[in-house]
Order: sequence, then C-alpha cells, then structure tokens
Amino acid sequence: MVFRIISVVAYLVLAPILGCLLAGLDRKLSAKMQRRVGPPILQPYYDVRKLFEKEKQSPTRFQDFYIIAYLVFLIGAGAIFFAGGDLLLVIFTETIGSAFLIIAAYSSNSPYAEVGAERELLQMMAYEPMMLLTAVGFYMFHGSFTVHDLISPDRMAFLPMIGLFLGFLYILTIKFRKSPFDLSMSHHAHQELVRGITTEFVGRTMGWIEISHWYENVFILGFIFLFFTNGSVAGCVIGALVCIAAYFLEVLIDNCFARMKWQFAFKSAWIAAIVLGMVNIFILQLMF
Amino acid sequence: MAYVTKSPWVVHYDGSSCNGCDIEVLACLTPMYDVERFGIINTGNPKHADVFLVTGSVNEQNKDVVKQIYDQMPEPKVVVAVGICACSGGVFRDCYNILGGVDTVIPVDCYVPGCAARPEAIIDGVVKGLGVLEAKRAAMLENPPAKAEVAEEAIGEPAEAAEEIEEGGNS
Ligand code: SF4
Repeated sequence: MVFRIISVVAYLVLAPILGCLLAGLDRKLSAKMQRRVGPPILQPYYDVRKLFEKEKQSPTRFQDFYIIAYLVFLIGAGAIFFAGGDLLLVIFTETIGSAFLIIAAYSSNSPYAEVGAERELLQMMAYEPMMLLTAVGFYMFHGSFTVHDLISPDRMAFLPMIGLFLGFLYILTIKFRKSPFDLSMSHHAHQELVRGITTEFVGRTMGWIEISHWYENVFILGFIFLFFTNGSVAGCVIGALVCIAAYFLEVLIDNCFARMKWQFAFKSAWIAAIVLGMVNIFILQLMF
Repeated sequence: MAYVTKSPWVVHYDGSSCNGCDIEVLACLTPMYDVERFGIINTGNPKHADVFLVTGSVNEQNKDVVKQIYDQMPEPKVVVAVGICACSGGVFRDCYNILGGVDTVIPVDCYVPGCAARPEAIIDGVVKGLGVLEAKRAAMLENPPAKAEVAEEAIGEPAEAAEEIEEGGNS
C-alpha cells in the first residue's frame, strides 16, 4: 500500500517534469534532424509559463471547466496506472478525459475547432480497438488486468505478444499526435485548420492542455514498459530503453512523413489492430 | 524576466504585399536562420500568437481582417510591420484603394523597413518587439487587461469611425 502511494505521488510530481523534458528533447531532436539549432530543451516549459502569463479569454464559460476535467481525468488515468490499478479502467478513464477535450472544442462553436474535434473523434476511433486488444492480450498472457500483477510477472510478455507490441507501436504515432496522423492538432506549423482542436483555447487554457499532454505521454510510455518487465532489474532496464527507443522512433517518423488523410489513419490503424492484434490474440489463445 | 519574451509565437498576415516580404518572413524559419532557437513558432492562430507580423500595406478590403486578427490576439501582444509597404504604404502608397501603412488601422510597435526586408532585419525587429512585449506585460500586471484594451481602442478609433461613417456603417 505504501509503495502504491509513493508511486502515485512520484507520478504526480515527476510525470510533468519528465513529459516536459521529453517534449523539449523532441523539439531539439526534430531540429537536429532538419539541420537546425533548435530551441532550448526547456522550451516547452517556457511556452507553458508564457501561456499562463497571457490574458484570460474564453468563448464560453464552460470551456475552462471541460479542460480542467480533461486534465483531471488524464492525471487520474495515469494515477490508476501507477497505483497498479486495472488496465481497462486506465484506458476508459483516459477515454473519458479525451471526450472532455472534444466537448470543450465543440462548446466553442468555432468551425475550425469543430473540424479539429471531429478529427479527434476519428483518431480515437482509430486507436481505441488496438488499446483494448493490448489490454486483452495482457490478460490472456498474465491472467490479470491489474497493472500490479503485470509489472512483476515471472516472464516477459514481449515475444509472445510481439504482434500486439507492433500494433501498439503503430497507434503510438496517433496517440503522440505525430506527423502522418497529427490530424486534429499539430505541433508543427501546418496551418490548414488554423490550430485544429486547440484553435479556441487561449492562454492558460492552452497551458493546461500542454500539461495534460505531458502526463498522458508518460503513462502511455508506461504501456510500452509493461511489455518488457519480468520482475527483474534487467527487464526494467530493457523496458526503459525500449521506451526511449520508441520515443525516438516517433520523432523520426514525425520528421519523415507528411500528414495523411483521416481515411488512411483510420483504415491502417484498424488493419494493424486486426492483422497484428487479432492474430496475436488467437496465437495466445492456442498457447495458453 | 517575463516568459513571454522566451516563447513569442508569431502570426503572419499578408496585406497587399508583393510577396517579396512574405518570402523573407518564411526564410526566417528555414535552417539558415532558424528562429525557433529563440522559441519563435509560426502559428496560424491569432488566439495563440504574441507577435503580429504584417507584410504589405493595408487596403480597403483587408483593413477589417487586420483589425480582427489584432483584436483576437490576447494581451500582451505586439505588432511588427515588415517591409516599407507595411511601414508607410511604400510604392503602393498612391494607389486608389491603399490606406497606407499598417498603423492606419492598428497600433504598430515596431517598424522594419526594407524592400524586401532582409531576414536578419525581420529577426531584429521581432527581438526589438520582445522588449515592448515585456513592457506591456509589466503594464498588464499593474492595471487589469480590460483597461489596457480600452486604451488601444482609443488609438485606433478616430480613423475607424470616420471610415465607417463614409461606408454607411455596413460592418
Ligand atoms: S516592401 Fe517591397 S518586397 Fe515588401 S511587400 Fe512591399 S514591395 Fe514587396
């Protein structure tokens, strides 16, 4: 119990710091890949501090409420994850959080935000099956949905679940909002939808969204970590290294691809879920 | 030091520019000049922007657009007029539909002359604008934003009002 409380508190304190550094490294790395100098590593922190300095402005009174709900549910999902809670509960709590972001965008009544919100919905529809299949795979392999059991098993889930791992890696691009699939909002200067789902979020509201992304990115990497833990130190080290490698891969993909249409994102994510995920689940079914 | 000077996000609007200055603004984003190292991001959204870069002069058609973009930006904000057209109307000054520089419609904090303005000059202009941004931020802390907005309204008002009367107030 004490260990769980410590890990939740550590998550609440360290996740934004780690998420912020990851975002900063991401931008630095992207800049290096484009042969630029790039911003300082702490740039995302400066950005958020600046956003909190700006004037308050909101098209409706409720928007900020929805965004705070988004932040709370995302932090909650991560807290459940790091408390060793139920993996399904983590996924659904996160989904509710994302729904609040979409409602916030719709509540502004702005056409750009609405198109962004629609795309966000499509993205959710694209990645959600694979998220659930991953949880199902963990259940079939370890016989439990609770992260507490998954974090210290006796064997590594990676090889038997390699299909699910690759499928998860595929939707990771959507979850991190990286380039071929950054349909609803982009961190780059694509401007075809003004700023997509975040168009109407001004100042501190936008700051809250950035902070939520930091939290979200950290516990999504936690999913990758689960594939590699086997109760030993070596497993943890491999897990952490693969998390870093996965993040690097996402940055690389981000810089190599132009944005695709939502149809492609949707179809390919579902094909990945069906081919990689389902086939893997069948194999697990035969094995155990 | 205010964080706003460490991450100025820019929105760029092309008035009636010949596109020369726009190309130079875009050149600032290339690896050669890489303004992102100052935390500058070219955003398409006025609601996220701190710096308003205007190229080209203002004409009858786009004066409302310029004004609207300016009004949508949250405080503190600065306007940088890029190119001699944006400063004073430049070679287009005497055209029948040109009002003149950007300062005929909105208050401008920084003028970057040149035809076309060089990327170095544009970056210099934005960095100068950051000083203004910090001063505005300090002023904002002292008196509430609503007050600051009223003051700006007053600057733009007389010309605006006159235009509207001429047009029969069809806005
Ligand atoms: S200042 Fe020169 S280059 Fe710039 S918009 Fe005017 S005419 Fe074109």
